[in-house]
Amino acid sequence: MTTAGMLSHLRRWVLTPLLTLVAASFVLYTAVWLQPGNPLTLILGTRASPAQYRYMAHKLGLDRPMPVRYWDWLTNAVHGDFGTSLVYKQSVTSLIGPRILTTLLLVAYASVIILVVGVALGIIGGMSPRAAPVVAGLSGLGVAIPGFVAAEMLTALFAVKLGWFPVLGSGQGLAGRLQHLTLPAFALAIASIAYVSQITRAAVSAQEQSPHVETARGRGLSGPRILRRHVLRNAAMPILTVSGLTMASLLAGTLVVEYAFGLGGIGSLLDQSVQDKDSNVVLAIGLILVSVFIVTTTALDFFQHLMDPRLRLKATATWH
Amino acid sequence: MNTPALSRPGGTAPEPRLLDLSGLRVDLKTGGRWRTVVQGVSISLETAHAVGIVGESGAGKSVTARAIARLLPRGARVGGDVRFDGEPVWGMSRARLRRFRARDLGIVYQDPRAHVNEMHTVGDFLAEGILDHSPRERRERAIAALRATGIADADRRLSQYPHQLSGGLLQRVMIAAAILPGPRLLVADEPTTALDVTTQSEVMAILAEQRRARQLAMLFITHDLDLAAAVTDTIAVMYAGTIVESGPSATMHERAMHPYTAGLLAARPPATRVASLHTIPGRPTAAYESGPGCVFASRCAYTQQRCLEARPEPRQLGDHVISCHRAEELQGTLRRALERA
Amino acid sequence: MALSARLSRVPALVRAEEPRAKADTAAAAAGCLCLALLTVAIFAPLLAPYHPDTINAAAINHGPSAARLLGTDSLGRDVLSRAVYGARLSLLGPALVTVLSTTLGTAVAIAGSWVGGTFDRITARFMDILFAFPGLLFAVLAVVAFGPGLIAPVIALSVAYTPYVARVIRAAAVHERQLPYLETCQLLGYSSWRTAVYHLLRNVRLLIVAQATLAFGYSLLDLAGLSFIGLGVQPPAAEWGLMVSEGDSALLNGYPYESLAAGAAIVITVVAFNVLGERLTARSQSRQ
Repeated sequence: MTTAGMLSHLRRWVLTPLLTLVAASFVLYTAVWLQPGNPLTLILGTRASPAQYRYMAHKLGLDRPMPVRYWDWLTNAVHGDFGTSLVYKQSVTSLIGPRILTTLLLVAYASVIILVVGVALGIIGGMSPRAAPVVAGLSGLGVAIPGFVAAEMLTALFAVKLGWFPVLGSGQGLAGRLQHLTLPAFALAIASIAYVSQITRAAVSAQEQSPHVETARGRGLSGPRILRRHVLRNAAMPILTVSGLTMASLLAGTLVVEYAFGLGGIGSLLDQSVQDKDSNVVLAIGLILVSVFIVTTTALDFFQHLMDPRLRLKATATWH
Repeated sequence: MNTPALSRPGGTAPEPRLLDLSGLRVDLKTGGRWRTVVQGVSISLETAHAVGIVGESGAGKSVTARAIARLLPRGARVGGDVRFDGEPVWGMSRARLRRFRARDLGIVYQDPRAHVNEMHTVGDFLAEGILDHSPRERRERAIAALRATGIADADRRLSQYPHQLSGGLLQRVMIAAAILPGPRLLVADEPTTALDVTTQSEVMAILAEQRRARQLAMLFITHDLDLAAAVTDTIAVMYAGTIVESGPSATMHERAMHPYTAGLLAARPPATRVASLHTIPGRPTAAYESGPGCVFASRCAYTQQRCLEARPEPRQLGDHVISCHRAEELQGTLRRALERA
Repeated sequence: MALSARLSRVPALVRAEEPRAKADTAAAAAGCLCLALLTVAIFAPLLAPYHPDTINAAAINHGPSAARLLGTDSLGRDVLSRAVYGARLSLLGPALVTVLSTTLGTAVAIAGSWVGGTFDRITARFMDILFAFPGLLFAVLAVVAFGPGLIAPVIALSVAYTPYVARVIRAAAVHERQLPYLETCQLLGYSSWRTAVYHLLRNVRLLIVAQATLAFGYSLLDLAGLSFIGLGVQPPAAEWGLMVSEGDSALLNGYPYESLAAGAAIVITVVAFNVLGERLTARSQSRQ
């Protein structure tokens, strides 16, 4: 690869996302900075003297201009220091640490469900014209079901009525946790399953009707071979991209689902911190969410580039 | 339509022809309605024989070609008979159909970029046609096929991707893939329409050469009457889903007997002088747009009442088969019109 | 001749083919449903059997009965009436988001594609930064900065959705820009700015409407979700997301009516608008 090529790749997948991340972190910080109310009251209470407030403000560095405070926060955050929670009085990192695990488990569980069920439904809908309207109808319905509505519906049916799953909490041990996370994972996954199955169905169906599949059929290739090497191989790109993007946006969905099921993850913590005005926690979780999003979309873009021979070989393509 | 009669040693039962379409009719469902696209098409081919199907867009040529391989869209209605070596193609089991497509039939499509999977290398594409061979044999035969179609550095090409090849080169690859399994019938659907003129003649030369070398029968579809005349033995002229005239290629341009064929011939721009173009008034119609009478009646200059009422049956006139009520009367008129053009 | 009169003659030059609209039952049904929902919101006081805020301590968490088709909630209020009145707040937010994001997105897209150059690149960068924020997160940030309610999240979501609308419209606008008819207009002497706005808009208007209906559905989901977690519309207002949350304890006790009714209202509305939006998008693309 040429130096120019390397540089442009570096710019596209390292520099630009990094800059976007920094810009996003600035937006994040500005929102928190605009927050009405005085964080000092959380620390000193409401009856301290003005001198005490000023002293505390100076000690915490709250009297410096915003850009300086922003930069300070960012550089610390890069090192893993997100400051102290104003509400829980412990380091934000120690607060988030255990909760991240719960959220990650939830998101991973939901992701598996989405990939398996969503893609399978989509393939069925794309290859079989009889199944297509059924899949399309179900997925049209599914995208309209947000996490919290799904949470209530699933709870009402499977937890309350049938008693198969517990209603609240995160559970103990791996099996216990999985059982507790099943309903939340499905609630989180439903809308995404529907969306992924729509995209999959469209991609598979488009490939199935494409000229190159006609060529493959005309050469007498077997059904499974055509499906594998010509339909799925070509449809994989949009399917994987959308699946990846969907999984990235699952993090935002945990906000709602964790609240609904009383799970101790970073989603519910974010919600709580916003209401408590615990700025450092809000900043930390916000930064995590945005970073994951940006990293995932960049990784997907890179993966897409890698997998498509047309894009990968563009630099070397010559015509004879 | 019948090919010019070949004399046989007396006493033997007639062998089935390589390809026999009789009374082919295809209805497709578009926009929720059934539309007849091909009606009453009868064509037959002997081994190593080339037939050209000539017509304008929408005449039903591609649909006819795909009907032979059973590559029609799901839910298409097909009537009539398609027989390969006496065996009905539309009655074949799926396994038999796959073998037929893999071994006996080779198809070259119009647009190589759309018809070759961009995600696989040229080598993989070729190898897929002969999966029942060892990898080494596949490679050797692929290289041989590429060389046969005039591709010099075949070795290198095997590991390249379709987007790295020019249109003409890719079309040669498609031809190589089509002849690789050693088929007996080649169906070429406007193989050179998407190419520039120079590449066109190169590709046509390759096709003709391979045909001769392998004794391939060919069904050649095109809108270019002259091109068909150059590479085929017989020409069938198609309009609105029907064959209106068929006859030997060599003399078609002099002895066209159907007003449509004559119109096509007259509409060719002359290469040696500047003159205004004769065009056939109106636009090409599809099968489902024609009424009860002759399909060409609405655009024909010689239409009479009976042309609008009854569809003319194909009948033999000299060495042509023609569907026209007024064929005999118009012979002289048409010949004079052709001479003037 | 007045410019407007001259412009009105131009349609003859504007794209040759305008295929006749086919009957589309799904779109029609969805469209009717959307209108019905909007009607319910507007005429809520006429349609609801009871007042949504009347508390009745004696009738807490009752199931459906003849008098109260969907039962009562944890404060004895009639669920059906709250659901009907809830349409107002639940649909107002999305309506505002739709109008704002569509206007902004279209303006950015058409300006960007027409002016091109540095302006286009800068706006693209802005859009990229916005793309890094899932809509809900942006709304949460707005609540952080400005407190809970409806207005701040609405504005946040409008900004968050703008890049999505802009991207789709821009792609179509870029495609339109290359078509010969625009060049013809310029050659004929029509002012370039007017040409851009008038003709581009006319030809992508169907796509714009399609995007708007889709934005409506998604913003409804986000806003209701925000109310569910307590950061959006605040009690005692009647809003579907809030109702799903408030009905949670009743649901755990076997009375899921409030939650499920509000949830169903959300789902039905989003489905209706999505179907309409998708049909319109397909229609706008088939005209390309």
